[in-house]
Amino acid sequence: MIESPLVIASTPAASGTEVVSTPAQRHTSLKSIGLVSLCTVIGAAAQILMKYGTTHPAGPGLIGLITNLPLIAGYALYGVNTVLLVMALRHGHLSVLYPIIALTYVWVTILSPMFFVDHLNSFKVMGVALIVVGVSLIGVGSRE
Amino acid sequence: MTTPFSSMVLVLGASFIGSFGVVSLKDGANRLSPGLLSMLKSWRLGLGVFLFLLSSVLYLWAIKHGSLTVLYPLVSLGYVWTLFWSRLFFREPFNRSKVLGLLLILIGVVFIGLGNR
Repeated sequence: MIESPLVIASTPAASGTEVVSTPAQRHTSLKSIGLVSLCTVIGAAAQILMKYGTTHPAGPGLIGLITNLPLIAGYALYGVNTVLLVMALRHGHLSVLYPIIALTYVWVTILSPMFFVDHLNSFKVMGVALIVVGVSLIGVGSRE
Repeated sequence: MTTPFSSMVLVLGASFIGSFGVVSLKDGANRLSPGLLSMLKSWRLGLGVFLFLLSSVLYLWAIKHGSLTVLYPLVSLGYVWTLFWSRLFFREPFNRSKVLGLLLILIGVVFIGLGNR
């Protein structure tokens, strides 16, 4: 198999930096799966706050934008999310952890009707169910 | 609402760029030494965040014109790219549950897009 540049670069000798955790874990830790799942809840809250913020401006122009608390809170949550995601990615496979992010669709779809003029319908319920089954399948498959 | 071709290309580009963002985050995460502060010093994590931001700007630009029914599923193709990159760059195994699970997620996203009409 031909080595890709990124794989070569990630060996300690090539980068010259000390590598503490190795990328070649056999399993994805439950802690990582839990952390990414938490990310999806926070990410959904961030999306809802940002949508609320952009549809309810605090005032005109730039001042309204930088004093818009929901918008600021939304961005802050995205920051928290990135830190949590990186912590999760340290101990697990990207191909297992990244698809879990799709649960964000599930929370946003379920929570939106509570905050906006929005409603669930059979398409959305079907979509939510399929995503939950798909994510579960990937999660369970990673433990075998 | 008809979705212009340019919006579709933009969203596809956004999903592609975002998938490289997550590869850079994973590569940075693999090399982190303990402690939160080491995160700030990693250019790989910085690059990952930059690519994420870039992809979200492209995405927001794209969804101004176009229907979420078409654009939502295109965004979720990012999961497919990421599956390939995790195999290529990190030697992670493909298995049946990953491919089938991802397929179900994609179909689910198509349904949510349809429900948002």
